[in-house]
Amino acid sequence: MPPPGRSIEARPGGALLPLRPPAHPPEPEPEGRLTDVDHWGRSQRARDLVAKVYGPLYRHWFRAEWEGLEKVPAAGGALLVANHAGAIPVDAPLLMHGIEAELDRPVYGLADYFFRSFPGVGTAWARGGGVPAHPDNAYRLLHDEGQLALVFPEGTKGTGKLWSERYRLRRFGRGGFVEIAMRAGVPIVPVAVIGSEEAMPTVARSGTLAKLLGVPYVPLTANMLLMGPLGLLAYFPAKIRFRVLDPVTFDVPPGQDRYSRSMVFDEAEKIRQSMQLAVYDMLRRRRSVWFG
Amino acid sequence: MGRRILITGLSSFWGGRMAQALERSGDVDVVVGLDTREPKLALERTEFVRADETYSILARLVRATRVDTVVHAGLIVDSTQVAERRIHELNVIGTINLLAAIGGADSAVRTLVVKSSTLVYGASARDPFWFSEATPRTAPARTRTERSLLEVEDHLGAFADDNPSVRVATLRFANVLGPDIETGLSRLLTLPLVPRIAGFDPQVQFVSQADVVRALRFAVERDLSGVFNVVGDGRLPWSEVVSVVGRPPLLLSPIGTGLLTAPVRRLGLDLRPEMLDLLRFGRGVDGRKLRSAGFTYRHTTLRALQEFVEAQRLKETVGETTPHYRYEADVEAFFRRSPAVVRPG
Repeated sequence: MPPPGRSIEARPGGALLPLRPPAHPPEPEPEGRLTDVDHWGRSQRARDLVAKVYGPLYRHWFRAEWEGLEKVPAAGGALLVANHAGAIPVDAPLLMHGIEAELDRPVYGLADYFFRSFPGVGTAWARGGGVPAHPDNAYRLLHDEGQLALVFPEGTKGTGKLWSERYRLRRFGRGGFVEIAMRAGVPIVPVAVIGSEEAMPTVARSGTLAKLLGVPYVPLTANMLLMGPLGLLAYFPAKIRFRVLDPVTFDVPPGQDRYSRSMVFDEAEKIRQSMQLAVYDMLRRRRSVWFG
Repeated sequence: MGRRILITGLSSFWGGRMAQALERSGDVDVVVGLDTREPKLALERTEFVRADETYSILARLVRATRVDTVVHAGLIVDSTQVAERRIHELNVIGTINLLAAIGGADSAVRTLVVKSSTLVYGASARDPFWFSEATPRTAPARTRTERSLLEVEDHLGAFADDNPSVRVATLRFANVLGPDIETGLSRLLTLPLVPRIAGFDPQVQFVSQADVVRALRFAVERDLSGVFNVVGDGRLPWSEVVSVVGRPPLLLSPIGTGLLTAPVRRLGLDLRPEMLDLLRFGRGVDGRKLRSAGFTYRHTTLRALQEFVEAQRLKETVGETTPHYRYEADVEAFFRRSPAVVRPG
């Protein structure tokens, strides 16, 4: 049973989808603030600046297209889950920019805390809406504040994979994202992405160098081979397509401390399967890497 | 019958202010204050007892005064105030002695309120943005202050488990700012150039000096038990804090920061490891538990900072505005006991 005070609506499938008034509405900003940095470190002004760069990139370079965008809830918390690819993945900023531009609501990108320990990178990431992927952070964003959060369950295993392994989704961690969505009582909205692999393919990687630098992987990309150091920044103009799959809700009471591990793992695997199939389907329909 | 309250660390900043606040309260009969040094604030009816460093007279004092409430205000959370070596002695051994006295057979103590610090959470890249009272820290404590506070809280937890008849409230305060208090952090903000680690702009929280005393009083009056974070609303990036203060930043190298700042630390600047961690990663704690217990804050994080800045401006223009107080045992005894003094009531 859901806790009292939480309204429920029965869905045709029989699953319960909680209607989510945020438990604690965001506190009003006090007067006298000198910046618009919110309590997660996100700044709308910084976002607008990013949009100036990513807008043209999104529209003209990658010519991003959406399918099923209406499945992303217009209000209330939801956890967006996508596949992750490309040595320096372009899918994360494009997805965030896309949702913000098309739906006009902020997206917080959950990422490895590793970002936070790098000078400059951590701050830039935070201002753009990045949040360290701690379960408590995700819970507060989704449940307490009713925000959209984006997570790539493959993590660096997805972005670190070689060109020969493209579009084969890695394992989805230990399914932590499912447990968070269950606890927060929000739906998971899977998003399948294609094009990101071709935007910056990894042809080789060095484990020794990565260990030395303390980073997850050190890639050698096709972009670097063709353009030298400029290849770190320059993406190939692959056509990017996003397909939003049906939101997944869970028939479990929210707010539990823990959920059955096997159930969590099972659900995570199901979501991974559906995303993998969607990716294959999108690849079947794709006539050209560059024109879609 | 009113409360009978013992304050340890009476001569600390908080001990004195707590005593002043409790004296004014009508339903407090007796306030006894214990410390090794003389009180630094003028007190009306608080009885000052001088103790040695390990508080060995505590058991006798608790027995003799039959206090029902103890406010432990003397924990050192700012290592710039005492030598690091003494912190363990003062914090841990002092607390163990206090707990032994409170748990003694003829003790009448039913409420214990402890002023701790959010330092117990540390500050690291792996931290959640909001520590709840139950969230464990993500990196082991590196400094003596942090380790001593963790050990103190460990003892408090065990004591609460073993003595269900005593309500133990541990209040973890975020960095305090206010017109009067001087901390390592507030000294950084009064430097001509305020240090900032290049490439890092952490989010910080403050609690105002007034809210600290109010929260401690609230814990005493409501007989809270458990651990509570005390922090003003909102968070500010450190760069914004520096702009509110209105001073240019001094950029520190993000690599080898500890090594490079070591010589400056010798000059008494608060750039100890826990401060450098704070300047790198910031710290966020969730203060909703105390709020749902019914506490209302007077100041937000931003307002606490503004109030501090305003007080600094006044200080820079006219100097100290609060009159200096010196404790004289004879004078205090006269006002408290002489038949010549007409007391109300």
